[in-house]
Amino acid sequence: MKSNLDDPPAIEAHELTKIYGRDNTEVVALRGVSVRVARGEVVALLGPSGAGKSTLLTAIGLINPPTTGRIAIGGVAVLNGPRPLVDLRAFRRRHLGFVFQKANLIPFLSARRNVQIALEINDVPARAARQRALELLDYLGVADRADHLPDELSGGQQQRVAVARALANQPSLILADEPTAALDSHRGRQVMELFRKVAHERGAGVLVVTHDHRSLDLFDRTLEMEDGRLHEPVRATSSSVPGQNPP
Amino acid sequence: MTLAAHDIRHNLGRFALTAVGIGLLLMIVLGMSGIYRGMIDDALVVVDGIGADLWVVQRDTRGPFAEISRVPMNLEERVRAVPGVAGARSFVSHSIQREHRGEPQRITVQGLAWPDDKGEWLPLAAGRPLAQAHFEIIADESLGLTVGEVVPLGKDRYTVVGTTKGMVSSGGDGLAFFTVRDAQAVQFDLPGEAIRLERAARRARSGDSELGRLSPLLLDRAAQSAAGIPAIGPAMISAVLVKVAPGHDIARVAASIANWPDVSLHTAAGQRDLLLRGMIDKARRQLGLFRALLVVISTIIMALIIYTLTLDKVHDIALLKLMGARNGMIAGLILQQALLLGAIGYVIAYALGGWVFPRFPRRVLIAPADLWALAGVVVAISCVASLLGIWKAMRVEPNKVLS
Repeated sequence: MKSNLDDPPAIEAHELTKIYGRDNTEVVALRGVSVRVARGEVVALLGPSGAGKSTLLTAIGLINPPTTGRIAIGGVAVLNGPRPLVDLRAFRRRHLGFVFQKANLIPFLSARRNVQIALEINDVPARAARQRALELLDYLGVADRADHLPDELSGGQQQRVAVARALANQPSLILADEPTAALDSHRGRQVMELFRKVAHERGAGVLVVTHDHRSLDLFDRTLEMEDGRLHEPVRATSSSVPGQNPP
Repeated sequence: MTLAAHDIRHNLGRFALTAVGIGLLLMIVLGMSGIYRGMIDDALVVVDGIGADLWVVQRDTRGPFAEISRVPMNLEERVRAVPGVAGARSFVSHSIQREHRGEPQRITVQGLAWPDDKGEWLPLAAGRPLAQAHFEIIADESLGLTVGEVVPLGKDRYTVVGTTKGMVSSGGDGLAFFTVRDAQAVQFDLPGEAIRLERAARRARSGDSELGRLSPLLLDRAAQSAAGIPAIGPAMISAVLVKVAPGHDIARVAASIANWPDVSLHTAAGQRDLLLRGMIDKARRQLGLFRALLVVISTIIMALIIYTLTLDKVHDIALLKLMGARNGMIAGLILQQALLLGAIGYVIAYALGGWVFPRFPRRVLIAPADLWALAGVVVAISCVASLLGIWKAMRVEPNKVLS
């Protein structure tokens, strides 16, 4: 699936600020950050610890609203400052997928059920959800581990299941927070390749917070944050998003 | 399989242990109901079974089950003369304590009006009703007596000719049915020396009186058996049981007898009421309070376990919220676990109770109504117990998944 210039961007955030605490304990985590990620685009977000990467990711992920600024996802305005413009939980359910440093699989559910639950939350009937979960696991190369519990899977397999779960509801945006930090370089690269594959084949925008510079060639763009500010673009890497980045 | 069931399977050991604990508590709750029902059933077994419409007892007493009641034996003849009375029977009831096979044994002696009442109405487990006027008894199995066994009581030996099952007094002592005469013999038995001393005392008292000095024959009489002295009446009985003839108004017959100044009268319903309100009421309240406490304890334990299970899942709940799960789904997960815990506890209580209760020293009677009531209580306490866990789950923020 290819993105089209007329498609609304996966993310469009304007002038986001985030201030924690107040008065003497006030910490500014985001300082007027604006970011745009197109559908089908894979963007890396780099920066030192405390730069505000995770704060930006959680703000865009609608779980930690900004103090000021506006966020639109897939062309839908969802936040104006801390004020939600839509039912955030329902919006996350339908349009967002998350992948974390740890796979964060539910320990008492099998790999298949971990993917299936994301579909059932979105009201997909159990039989169809099961079928789709198996297809996704197959797509990510872990179908043979479908009936295993998370603690019976390797770190790489767990992360693939987490990606399958993030993809389950065909989200317009996937947010990943250091998804390869717990993996060796080979497995880490495999996961990054997966994001690229998913973005380009399924047209989802992917924003990945990462410290792993070895896989930067797999991203369409790289953004860098420092002290709550975004520097963009640092450099363009590979791309397959038509009209946005050169091949 | 639901999310709750998956979680339980994952924490099977802890869940099973908790379910057993809850089951044991619920079994005690069920047992309390059963003990109460058993007490009522035991208390009413004679009143309901003996088939009397009216109980004539000593004036201002509440009848033989509540306190000592003594009426003369000839009261039976007086009652028979009342219009509308189809029959009257003497009834004796008192408790004794003897030793049986080296163990103390409490027996509630019941006297049946031979030959009108041979105990045919008793639910016999073995043997037969009384067939002769003396020296036969029908004993409850709880006394540990068997058909054919000979029991020495007082100066006589009684043969067990029949046994009943579950015939005990409100105090839990097994009932033994004698003829009235034998029951009185057991009640008023005196050692030979006591009799001799009493006769000597009578003779001395007579000798001191002018009548005794003037009538030497009277002095001889005073030293003989009490039964041969016209001035001394026969032994007293506990009550006279009245059967009203068909077609006659029980209230009118009762009103006639109630006018007599030496007796009080209770209907069968009144006798039941006296038993239940007088003797059982305190026990009922005590058992009820104990039951209520156990229900509260069960609820608290369930709530703590459900809360702990919820705390273990805070990260998973945050993840579910992050994925957009509705509150209903998360609350449902916790509620289902609480209900499942309650349901398994209920089944354990029922199964274990069925095995344990028959081994209790007193009867534990489980009525279907009690089972339904307990099921309702279990559903209620499961719901209440889940509230703490649900409250905790609702406060979990989705960004908790990042920590």
